Amino acid sequence: MDPTAVTQIQERADEPADSGGRPTSPWRNRKLLAGAGMVVGVLVLTLAGRLLWDTTLARAASSPLNLPPFWLRGGSLAHPLGTENSGRDMLALLVVGGPTTLQVGLVVGVTSMLVGTVLGFAAGYRGGAVDTVIRTLSDTALTIPTLAILVVISAYVRQMDVTTMALIVALFAWAGPTRLIRAQVLSMREQGYVRMARLTALPTRHIMFGEMMPNLLPYLAASFIGATSGGILAAVGLEALGLGPQRIPTLGMTVSNAISGSAILRGMWWWWGFPTLVLMVIFIGLFLLAIGLDEVANPRLRGAKA
Amino acid sequence: MRGLSVGYVVRRVGMFLFTIWASATLMFFIPRLAPGDPVQAMITRITSQAGYVEGSGKLVAAWRARFGLDDPLPVQYLHYLKSMATFDFGYSLAQFPAEVGTMIGRALPWTVGLLVIATALSFLAGSVIGALMAWRRTPRLLRVFLPVSLTFTAIPFYILGIVLIYVFVFTLRLFPISGGYRGDLTPGISLAFVNSVVQHGTLPALSIVLASMGFWALGMRGMMVTVAGEDYLTLARAKGLRPLDILFRYEIRNAILPQVTALVLGIGGIVGGTVLVEYLFGYPGMGALLYQAISTTDYTVMQGIVFILILTTVTAVLIIDLVYPLLDPRISYERR
Repeated sequence: MDPTAVTQIQERADEPADSGGRPTSPWRNRKLLAGAGMVVGVLVLTLAGRLLWDTTLARAASSPLNLPPFWLRGGSLAHPLGTENSGRDMLALLVVGGPTTLQVGLVVGVTSMLVGTVLGFAAGYRGGAVDTVIRTLSDTALTIPTLAILVVISAYVRQMDVTTMALIVALFAWAGPTRLIRAQVLSMREQGYVRMARLTALPTRHIMFGEMMPNLLPYLAASFIGATSGGILAAVGLEALGLGPQRIPTLGMTVSNAISGSAILRGMWWWWGFPTLVLMVIFIGLFLLAIGLDEVANPRLRGAKA
Repeated sequence: MRGLSVGYVVRRVGMFLFTIWASATLMFFIPRLAPGDPVQAMITRITSQAGYVEGSGKLVAAWRARFGLDDPLPVQYLHYLKSMATFDFGYSLAQFPAEVGTMIGRALPWTVGLLVIATALSFLAGSVIGALMAWRRTPRLLRVFLPVSLTFTAIPFYILGIVLIYVFVFTLRLFPISGGYRGDLTPGISLAFVNSVVQHGTLPALSIVLASMGFWALGMRGMMVTVAGEDYLTLARAKGLRPLDILFRYEIRNAILPQVTALVLGIGGIVGGTVLVEYLFGYPGMGALLYQAISTTDYTVMQGIVFILILTTVTAVLIIDLVYPLLDPRISYERR
């Protein structure tokens, strides 16, 4: 690896600390690191599992039915986390479902951030009629219960795959980032350095992306995490209602099957428990990342110990 | 009225109507954009069941008339808008001749009740927790405990619901598994019925409260920290006011208002979460009805429910937005 790349990353990480004159970088926030660790952990474990474990076992009827995990009586090491109602291996389900869930979140996060940045900058920097239109549209999208509309859309889309579902969810996920970025741009455009940049007749594009964007990075990152988490939330919700992709087993679909198969009352805790656990780790990880980034972005929060 | 100008009210009501129109329009075009003309497919499906469904001929006729399938699209669209505005959602496809309006009318009170109670509780509890987290005099013991309560926030309503069912229904057997009240009781104002309703509602409400409480707590803490630097607090301390007075009358009072904004923005998400919680707990509200409609591909019921859900959400937001300037004297919606 090119050693200069490392120092560049190093410099970038230290930059906010220099400006505040603090000895330690706020990017070395404990919540931020713990959250990132959890999300990366799920990703690495499930991707490694994909290489080590036979993913075809996630297909129905590939294994014996209703096996408990190996440490319980009747369990076997051939299916270490047990199997469910229709003979899917739980470990294979997690290995296939984990990355899929994160993939949906990533698509939603990236799409809505791209749209949100463009619209947010347009509304905040241009103002006027552009602002009115964008604000009205995003307010509308924010008020509507997203999941309700998503249910109608998904019910009509017969051929659902993971990317299609992610894009459908992203249809409503841009509004939050747009409002957040607009608010930041509005308060930032009146600050001294931006005014100076305008007076020196720098091109608008340069002011936006060269001068303002770097200062927005923590907000953008926090907003991205929020959109990702919201995307996963909506996607898992759709899957739980049985409206997700049919061919690829997802964590939400596994939970949904467990509920409709009354796994809880049959005492088959491993059926709903393992996917729930993975989802929890993902959500708590993203949540910690989001508050960590919030503290980076908003120094006032750092003072108060939580 | 103080802080509530005519212009603001007009703008807010206009926004309210626009949101409803936009979502209704969306729902009109979604089926028509989907490949393979689902309306036609729907009618074909019903006709193919003609031998089994009593009065299906009438149903098909009603559908043809309602959708005006032979009319040009703009005419169909106007008809659609009119039927939505008059709450005429037509007949249920799966449970003909039940009318969608009647089915929704039966489910709606359950959802509204659950939502209002759970949201109020989580808002109050969350705000108190958040205030205590930021208050410098909070006892050390509480300080350790408070962040733990936030962990639940990261977990979605329905995932938390599963865990609650496992712990309280399956393991401890403290609560009934599903439904809104005991089947052998007749609904009415009687002690036994009310008691049964409370018992059945506790777990669904708890999962909503636990899952959204931390959201309010975090927001409140953020606002409290921001307020903490203000000069009037220094003055209040210098005047020798009692700390509790300062906390309630100066800090919380000023910090809680942005929370109301968050409440407005959060309502859509809470409604979405309730749908899944109701499905999970078999609660007889809109969520359970929606799930039933999805699994029987009952598009009319689905559209009706979604329209009502949107309408309730948008109305709640409108009410809160109109009350907000009355609460906060600092805010004036006059255009500067």
